[in-house]
Amino acid sequence: MNELLALFIKYALVNNFILAMFLGLCPFFGVSKRLGDALSMGIAVTFVMLSASVITWLIAHFLLIPFNVQYMEIVVFILVIASFVQLIEMFIRKTSVSLYRALGIYLPLITTNCAILGIAEINFREGFSLLGSVASSLGAGVGFILALAIMSGMRERLEISDVPESFEGLPIAFITASLLSLSFIVFRGIGL
Amino acid sequence: MIKDFTNGIVKVNPIFVLALGLCPTLAISTSIDNAIGMGASVIFVLLFSNLIISLLRNVIPKEVRIPCFIVIIATFVTIVSFALQAYLPALNESLGIYVPLITVNCIILGRAEAFASKNPVSRSVLDALGIGLGFTLSLIMISIIRELLGSGGISVFGYGFTLPFSPATFFIMPAGAFLVMGLLLGLFKKVGVIR
Repeated sequence: MNELLALFIKYALVNNFILAMFLGLCPFFGVSKRLGDALSMGIAVTFVMLSASVITWLIAHFLLIPFNVQYMEIVVFILVIASFVQLIEMFIRKTSVSLYRALGIYLPLITTNCAILGIAEINFREGFSLLGSVASSLGAGVGFILALAIMSGMRERLEISDVPESFEGLPIAFITASLLSLSFIVFRGIGL
Repeated sequence: MIKDFTNGIVKVNPIFVLALGLCPTLAISTSIDNAIGMGASVIFVLLFSNLIISLLRNVIPKEVRIPCFIVIIATFVTIVSFALQAYLPALNESLGIYVPLITVNCIILGRAEAFASKNPVSRSVLDALGIGLGFTLSLIMISIIRELLGSGGISVFGYGFTLPFSPATFFIMPAGAFLVMGLLLGLFKKVGVIR
């Protein structure tokens, strides 16, 4: 249990996916302009990350390793993730229109989000157990939502503040992210 | 024809103008060696995926083109990953998880979708070389700044110099990557290279 908690904290705070590992920067800078959008995107990413790590774990341990074809990992993982995301999109569109309106537009973007393939690869390379993979992907998802939520709060304020003309938009967002990342360094003090 | 090549370096520079492929850019620009290794890997994958996709552009059905592109790209990434493991284990170690993640680098899928699937082979190859070179040069530029300030010196494959004062470790930390990128983007906007 302690081990799982340690994994959760490691990927939520210490190795925060956005601020320490730079995974999933596109939604971070693209969607983080409003808090509502940021939360929806964060929840969608967390859900896909969790499901993808369970599915890729099962495939890795029941297909790739028994048949000794671990070298296919990249091709298989990305195909599974792409088709899985497509499946979720179709499922949500059929079952809940309101959920589709809230999350649907983010789903196609998620396929090429490095965070998803990133967590699958991390789980595979570190050799985590099934529960370990669940803990690490939940941690990564929570860290993702946290960073996205803080960032969107800061950017809402940035829009009304006086920024030098050439730094408007993306440049000032990067500098804000730098300060945010700097503050996350304190979590490295957690002994895991 | 020549324009297809030169466009990628300045006019549609993937990092500073299109803001694509940011994850590897920020993560591995801690040293110039890493930047060159990552740049070379991306050029290889981009070149061959553009080549193959352009060759098959009339064969691949429109509805399933994205999965087809991804499989082609992932195949070449697997080749790069094996080559690195076999011949450059140290570089492979320091690039780590960012090697498989070349698969989801938006630059490559972006070029496949926007250029290679619509243009003849010769132009697609030139486009891949231009974009790949633009990516590599930007990567080297960022990593020169970060290595010089963060490690207190420059070293390229073992050759280089060190500065006579102690380095500001901040610049090789993640926060330094965001700051350098933000300042460079602002600077380029100021001088009018990008809008």
